[in-house]
Amino acid sequence: MTPRIVSLLFDGFAYGMLLFVLSVGLSVTLGMMNFVNLAHGSFAMIGGYTTVTLMRAWDWPFFATLPVAFVMAAAVAVVLERVLYRRLYRATDLDQALLTIGIVFMSIASAAYIFGTTQQPIEMPAYIRGRVQIGDFSFGVYRIFLVCAALLITAVLVVGLDYTRFGARVRAAVDNQRMARGLGINVDWVFAVTFAIGSGLAGLGGALAIEVVGLDPNFALKYLVFMLIVVAVGGMASIRGAFITAAMLGIIDMFSKYYVPEVGAFVLYAVMVGLLVWRPAGLFARR
Amino acid sequence: MSETATPSAPQTAPARAGAPADPQAFLREGVRWRWFETVFWPLTLLPFFVAETYLILASQIAITALFAISLDLIVGYSGLVSLGHAVFFGFGAYTAGILSKYGWGEPLSGLLAATLAATLLGYLTSFIIARITHFALIMVTLGLCLLMFELANKAHWLTGGDDGLQGMSMWPIFGIFEFDLYGCTAYAYSLIALFLSFLVIRRVINSPFGLSLRGMRENVRRMPAIGASIRKRIRVIYTISAGFAGLAGGLLAQTTQFVALDALSFQRSAETLVMLILGGAGQLYGGIVGAILFLVARDQLAGMNPQFWYFWLGLLLVLVIIFLPNGILGSLAKLTARRRRKP
Repeated sequence: MTPRIVSLLFDGFAYGMLLFVLSVGLSVTLGMMNFVNLAHGSFAMIGGYTTVTLMRAWDWPFFATLPVAFVMAAAVAVVLERVLYRRLYRATDLDQALLTIGIVFMSIASAAYIFGTTQQPIEMPAYIRGRVQIGDFSFGVYRIFLVCAALLITAVLVVGLDYTRFGARVRAAVDNQRMARGLGINVDWVFAVTFAIGSGLAGLGGALAIEVVGLDPNFALKYLVFMLIVVAVGGMASIRGAFITAAMLGIIDMFSKYYVPEVGAFVLYAVMVGLLVWRPAGLFARR
Repeated sequence: MSETATPSAPQTAPARAGAPADPQAFLREGVRWRWFETVFWPLTLLPFFVAETYLILASQIAITALFAISLDLIVGYSGLVSLGHAVFFGFGAYTAGILSKYGWGEPLSGLLAATLAATLLGYLTSFIIARITHFALIMVTLGLCLLMFELANKAHWLTGGDDGLQGMSMWPIFGIFEFDLYGCTAYAYSLIALFLSFLVIRRVINSPFGLSLRGMRENVRRMPAIGASIRKRIRVIYTISAGFAGLAGGLLAQTTQFVALDALSFQRSAETLVMLILGGAGQLYGGIVGAILFLVARDQLAGMNPQFWYFWLGLLLVLVIIFLPNGILGSLAKLTARRRRKP
């Protein structure tokens, strides 16, 4: 193993972890509510712009902005869910997709109007910008932080879903909504909270992504495809599936960009279509 | 045959309650030309006389309307979802464009080639499409579109990539009608193509096969139970729809003598869906009405910042989905039906 390959593997894994944070919420909401939410990237963008604004206008430290990014994205998502989404829970896939595409268009236009179409760079604190040398290998500190954060989030989600009372309700609602209602679970409330958490995670991902992939108004559409791939291939409502798929996606993308840049995203799309035809419910589907 | 043989008939039949029940009546009723149709088509000739400066826009509208109608076949009539229909539009456009760039500029055969190429692509992909449903279907149609976009983007030597396909030269139609700068020939050509395609599509929709498609849209489980294979029908309609999309793409390439990468983009798929939903999916004229409204509005607002355009587009989409679930034509039809039912 040459240092080059190890470092590519690590960067790819860190990138994959970023994709995981961005898309795990979509996986849960899509699997749970059966709602085709293409506006998930817009929620991520809200988080990103929240961080940029706080750091620029009020000189907040980067880490202090992350919880705010989470809360902002979650709040906007809940408002949208109450006002728009809930009207279409029983509508067709197409109507849901179109409604959320409309929201994506509006969010892109609004972001361009308020912040301009340029990239929004932020000044990271010095202690997180360097690289760490371990033996022959060197790793970016920020990427190490990304991996740790993602692992922590995964642990919290898995524990929360498997061992808490709320997690049990969520699983019940995913598996059989009518039965869950019959047992006295307030499914609407469970949905709203889960949706808020998932969207908040997207907002957090958007804030974390600024340093890695940048932030501009097209973020909502550009990374939507990646999020959808993670969900579609990983299988709905499967945290394990989303984790593995996101990690693989990040590593494949990093390697193909480095070794065969002329092929571009072509391989990625081809693999996605192939996998979906082979297993339409995803590689790690729960059912 | 008894009355129960045509379960749909009672919806249209009450006006002629005295007539004997006829299983073919429902289908014949659909084929009959309505008064607004005989008014609408002559009106499409108006741009030649009153708005010569808008002939180019008019031909764009005719082409886009044809594309929207082809999408309507699968989205509106068969209840399938596609976020990547532009793949066939772009494939047709590039076929026609590349043919003419490399020395064969005869329009009609070029258009035929574009249609056949897209039909073939549609036939091949239809095997994939027929296998999957719901979210996976959305993702696969989107994925195929992105795949083709990347392919055209990377194949710079053939398609011109980002710069678009330049250097097409079209021969005159029948050797007589030159493509002029004002778009007179272009509009006539597109309009004739639209009208002829429309006649074919109209016939398909009002055939028993078209009726079975609507049955599939209404209840996808019950159709196999009455002996109608779903997958076969999906494959057939998807192939037909792809062919007409390719025809529209070929028309665009020939009339503008240029193919941009944008012809294959997700944005084009999404915009066309917006037009269709705005006009009314599954309404036959929904695509045409949507294309007229959409393109005229964009032309009028062209001076506006494109970002604003996208904002209003998004807002329009949200409002239409929430308040006009059947589009403009669908809501109109419901209104008139309600008034007719009142004594």
